[in-house]
Amino acid sequence: MVTIETRDASASARAETIISAQKVNVYYGDFQALKEVSIDIRPRQVTALIGPSGCGKSTFLRCLNRMNDLILNCRVVGKLLLNGEDIHRPGFDVVDLRTHVGMVFQKPNPFPKSIYDNVAYGPRIHKMANGRSELDGMVESSLRRAGLWDEVKDKLAGLGTELSGGQQQRLCIARAIAVEPKIILMDEPCSALDPVATGRIEELIFELRRDYTIVLVTHSMQQAARTSQRTAFFHLGELLEVGDTNDIFTKPRHERTEAYITGRYG
Amino acid sequence: MSTHLQKRYRRQRWFVAVSRVTILLALLFLVGLIVSIVGRGWSGFFRGEVQITVALPETVLENSGKVRASVYKKLIHKALLTDFEQHGITDAGSLENIIGFQGALKLRQLVRKDPDSIGRTITTWLPAGKFADGYLKGDLSTQTLVELQVEPDLIRYFEILDRSNKGRMVFNWSFFTLGDSSQPDTAGIGGALAGSFYMLLLTFVLSFPTAILAAVYLELFAPKNRWFDLVEININNLAAVPSIIFGLLGLAVFINLMGVPRSTPLVGGMVLALMTLPTIVISARAAIKAVPETLLAGAMSLGATRMQGVFHHVLPAAMPGVLTGTIIGMAQALGETAPLILIGMVAFIHHIPAGPMEAATALPVQIYLWADNPLRGFAERSAAAIMVLLAFLMIMNISAVLLRKKLEVKW
Repeated sequence: MVTIETRDASASARAETIISAQKVNVYYGDFQALKEVSIDIRPRQVTALIGPSGCGKSTFLRCLNRMNDLILNCRVVGKLLLNGEDIHRPGFDVVDLRTHVGMVFQKPNPFPKSIYDNVAYGPRIHKMANGRSELDGMVESSLRRAGLWDEVKDKLAGLGTELSGGQQQRLCIARAIAVEPKIILMDEPCSALDPVATGRIEELIFELRRDYTIVLVTHSMQQAARTSQRTAFFHLGELLEVGDTNDIFTKPRHERTEAYITGRYG
Repeated sequence: MSTHLQKRYRRQRWFVAVSRVTILLALLFLVGLIVSIVGRGWSGFFRGEVQITVALPETVLENSGKVRASVYKKLIHKALLTDFEQHGITDAGSLENIIGFQGALKLRQLVRKDPDSIGRTITTWLPAGKFADGYLKGDLSTQTLVELQVEPDLIRYFEILDRSNKGRMVFNWSFFTLGDSSQPDTAGIGGALAGSFYMLLLTFVLSFPTAILAAVYLELFAPKNRWFDLVEININNLAAVPSIIFGLLGLAVFINLMGVPRSTPLVGGMVLALMTLPTIVISARAAIKAVPETLLAGAMSLGATRMQGVFHHVLPAAMPGVLTGTIIGMAQALGETAPLILIGMVAFIHHIPAGPMEAATALPVQIYLWADNPLRGFAERSAAAIMVLLAFLMIMNISAVLLRKKLEVKW
């Protein structure tokens, strides 16, 4: 399987790669969920992973912070380099990996604790803050970056689970940001949200792109088009096409990509 | 409306009606049970007292610390006979029926507390003897006393006591503080309560942490292989093992093999812990399973280890369910009798245990012992003890419900 890759015009952008997947295969028991996936992910960009259900885009995303480790009988073969280091190599510290690669889930999953404790959890377990005031500062700046501060600054002690769906998802983003990751993985972060909340998250993704590398799995073509710089199209476990979002949406190379983005398939 | 739809509605109405009838039936049985037990046992919480004016001559009570209770009994009976003369009563049979040994003990206690009363004549209330107690509490009517072929003069004297307000009914606090006794009027559930308390404490201390760790491991850490299936099946089987088998196990392993002293709350607690363990493990596993997996994933995505994720988030979220299961398991253990019989907690034990290493009985065993005793008065005692047991069970079950409501996590 050869992935069609549209090259960037600028050579400098090509040289920069934060994650490099090389011939990654994932098996759930006997079922092969990903086949020979190779892709480079550029820093401080939004890379959208699109494709029909069951195409393996979420599986690939979960490879990037090794959340597949949580699934029984899941096996990953191939190389996944983060800054040139293979994250599946024996002895590689997965807990350390996850401090660099944060994740936002499909359904908002704040801890059933206070808003403050939700955001402070990461810094606390990693002992990132010296003293209460520093932790307060981290919580505030994370909530600010997630665009939630003004809405919750007066009720930090309130339960995170009592916020609205969109606020919960932004709380989860703040929680991920608090650990100061370089990469944020987002697994269909808006699929459980209404259009207004979705709009806010998309704006947020757009802003966060300046500081973070974002890999976004989405079912929404519009979302991929609006928020991402690069788009990868997955189909039946294969990565069919990857390239600049503009190119993918205006002149897809692969006929299946075209069928999918125009809504004739999927 | 189509006839088919009407039929469907009719069926639903039937179902609702039948369900209501069954619930009503269950409630009726419950009410019947409570009414019968309360009706039989309420008098166990009270006792009769007789007012008596008794002379305490110095000659007899010198060195009052060493005077035996039987001496006081003689003084009381002398006072009674004086009273009899005033009312023209000649043959009232045994005076124990009016004020018995309990009264003598109480009088001795009073005198020891107030030695100045020696040499004077005092008027005081003393616990009533067997028949007087029954009469004052209304258990024994004049009619019944006649049928029991009690001396007519005794009945007459009771009526005189009533008229002159020298008989009364008071709350029997000593029912909760005294140990077991061969006489119903001095028998209390104090020893059984202490025994049950130590036993439940031990059961909790032994089974709660063990069960939680087992449940957490099985649910969140254990590899799902053949061994896992084996353990799972065995835990489910253990929960269904009749409790008397655990008693046998306790006898064979704890007492005979390990030499744990028999009849003690220690061995009782160990046996009940074994029995409660599978119940708590199963309910804790169900509670843990009900916590969304994304919670653990969320914690681990932030770089928490699996153990941190489990103990910081999953277990606290599962706690209401875990605690409910634990309380219900403990309630089960509180009411358990069969295994305790096998490990010797069924003996007659008068003193109240001061610790889990002393021989003791437990509440349900005490009920079993009293229910077996033919002496008049033990029937009401056992019914009263049943009420206490039921009250504890209700408190535990209600607190389980309240705790669950209070701690429940809103997702």
